[in-house]
Amino acid sequence: MFDFLDGYDLLGAFWVTVQLTVYSALGSLIWGTLLAGMKVSPVPLMRGFATGYVNVVRNIPLTVIILFASLGLFSTLGVKLGADGFTGINFRLAVLALSSYTAAFVCEALRSGINTVPVGQAEAARALGLSFTQVLRLIILPQAFRSVVNPLSNVLIALTKNTTVASAIGVAEASYLMKKMIENEAQLLLISAVFAFGFIVLTLPTGLILGWVSKKVAVKR
Amino acid sequence: MTSVLYDAQGPRAKRRNVLYTVLFVLGAAAVVWWVYDGLASKHQLDWIKWKPFLTSSQPWDTYIWPGLQNTLKAAFFALIIALPLGALFGIGRLSDHRWMRAPSGVVVEFFRAIPVLILMLIANQAYFEYTDLAPDTRLLYAVITGLVLYNASVLAEIVRAGILTLPSGQTDAAKAIGMRKGQTMVFVLLPQAVTAMLPAIVSQIVVIVKDTALGGAVLSFPELLASVRPMAANYGANTIACFTIIAVLYMALNFALTSFASWLERRLRRAKKSTGAVVGTGPGGDLETIGAPSLNIDDGRAT
Amino acid sequence: MQLRKVTAASAAVLALALTATACGSDDKKDDASGSSGGKKISIGIKIDQPGIGLKTPDGKFTGFDVDVATYVAKELGYDAKDINFKETKSADRETSIERGDVKFIAASYSINDERLQKVDFAGPYLLAHQDILVRADDNSIKAPEDLNNKKLCSVTGSTSAQNVHDKLAPKADLQEYGGYSECLTGLENEAVDALTTDDSILAGYASQDANKGKFKLAGFKMTNENYGIGLKKGDADLKKKINDALTKMVSDGSWEKAVKANFGPANYKNEPAPKIGNVVK
Repeated sequence: MFDFLDGYDLLGAFWVTVQLTVYSALGSLIWGTLLAGMKVSPVPLMRGFATGYVNVVRNIPLTVIILFASLGLFSTLGVKLGADGFTGINFRLAVLALSSYTAAFVCEALRSGINTVPVGQAEAARALGLSFTQVLRLIILPQAFRSVVNPLSNVLIALTKNTTVASAIGVAEASYLMKKMIENEAQLLLISAVFAFGFIVLTLPTGLILGWVSKKVAVKR
Repeated sequence: MTSVLYDAQGPRAKRRNVLYTVLFVLGAAAVVWWVYDGLASKHQLDWIKWKPFLTSSQPWDTYIWPGLQNTLKAAFFALIIALPLGALFGIGRLSDHRWMRAPSGVVVEFFRAIPVLILMLIANQAYFEYTDLAPDTRLLYAVITGLVLYNASVLAEIVRAGILTLPSGQTDAAKAIGMRKGQTMVFVLLPQAVTAMLPAIVSQIVVIVKDTALGGAVLSFPELLASVRPMAANYGANTIACFTIIAVLYMALNFALTSFASWLERRLRRAKKSTGAVVGTGPGGDLETIGAPSLNIDDGRAT
Repeated sequence: MQLRKVTAASAAVLALALTATACGSDDKKDDASGSSGGKKISIGIKIDQPGIGLKTPDGKFTGFDVDVATYVAKELGYDAKDINFKETKSADRETSIERGDVKFIAASYSINDERLQKVDFAGPYLLAHQDILVRADDNSIKAPEDLNNKKLCSVTGSTSAQNVHDKLAPKADLQEYGGYSECLTGLENEAVDALTTDDSILAGYASQDANKGKFKLAGFKMTNENYGIGLKKGDADLKKKINDALTKMVSDGSWEKAVKANFGPANYKNEPAPKIGNVVK
């Protein structure tokens, strides 16, 4: 029944999916944290930028963002991100696009996490003479992160599945292989089922583990 | 604006802010110029690439408007079905009874884990096997089903988190005046949780709108993003122009949605001053205070 | 209570909307009953390939496949106005036929062994070849072997892309996009050197007003693509009728006329009309 799998590198394709997910998760965590910082910062322009960025990016379909990265950044503006050959360029562009997109959601999640930190914490920190970046870095963000593990795990699961969009610019991840197999094998449903299973294997543990972590680190108030 | 995160600014801090602002504006201007110059030098801003959208109503009538209608239709139905279903599963996961908690948990975790695209494919096949819907209607139903299954499970998580953030005193008080569990849920917890959850729900609405595009990617469901392909094929591969127009449309549509939702949220908030859970801000708003425990779940799923 | 009002309002909206679609779906049933032998017929085509199958801004469909489909439908007893053209994506073609969503498909659909296991083909009605499209001022690619150190573009997962990988130019750097338009943008911006797929499709793109003089076909004929009309497996009656229609189309000159009308402006040198059942390997 599964002989249609012969000759396809299923594991290799899912490995690319995993790599895309990991790099983009790191990228979006960094950029999203910076955005959240900007959003609560004393400089009005930065606040405006962060708000505008989040509103624009999360309202556009990811496919369009990834295509803009390839057609606009690479094809028109010649940005190659230091890679040679399309495999490398496309992978890096996909990570860039996925990070930029997911960062908007990380920022929003973090901001709501910042909201859960009691006012007294910030007031006490300021009373000690800490500057804005110190307050944020030492007092607020560590507590905020602990309260948003669950939302962030949702974002991570979504990101894992979002990597499928990278096939729009030819990154050879899982859904790229799926398209190829559907074209060759004409086994639409069976192939979809195999790939659905693959994604369950990837995302289900993420959800369960992070759910457990979230309970572990939650700040009891 | 004052914030509890930093002190009122003195003259030095103000000067520094001005400096940051100037640097920021200069940097932004440089980026804009670089993009503009790049696009222009590769002829992507040529009039012939943009003319169709600006001088004629044909592309709008033939490609964009029908696509937009389909997107709206699918998103609307997906939303109104997924919301109650999500609430049901969310409450189900909080139930005291194992036989309710376990299946709800399994359903939520399962449908959250599968890409929506594959859910749509499977739904399409299932409708074909077990119903005799006309092909066009079946596609719409399949897209809606895929969206509902996924988003209901995400909404279930939002509802559950919303109820969990409510102070436990609410439940205790309800118990003290002799309310049953169902009554507590319906009259005490859910109304408060809904208000607290609105920003997260709004994010999810935006996700639903964008996810309709998945129906176009595989099922040939003629939605907004899918309208780019014939359009670009007609106007000589002006892909950058086409995608820009579509991106602006999505932005306008979602912005209208989120604005409406935050208006709704403000009204609801005003009507119930007494909620324990306070969400800092609506989507796109600025942080005003660091408040009591609150919640705002976002989910990045979309295409 | 505020919440109750909102709930009531949404319930009303829901009820309204449900009735609205209920009516809507009734209408659609009439439209799409081609498969059940009513007066209408649903035909699968491409809507994004100039010269082959294209949805034009006035809402009509043009292209060689569309002309062939219209002619065949006429021979089967359907007027042009009774035809319901539907987009069938490449990945969706076999399932659309199996489900009966469309009666038959004319969508640059090459006959091959894998597909023959799922569907039957009438025809072929056109012999096309995989070819490359390059910038008009680019003379560096003189033979298919020259592609090996070039940047190529094609559609994700398509047979053309796999051919390049497996046989034609294994060392070429291959960019894959969801559609030909994106590739063309890359070609125009010099991010890729050549776009490869069937010459019939490339010709259509090259001859568009916005692209006039920018691109040219290399004329390599790297593979043989026998376009056939896909139909439900085992429907010998329909296959015979379509084959008869195609034979008639060639003999009464309509085939030549359709070729001239669709490929003429592109200056595309087509192969002569193929014999029915004669699949060129």
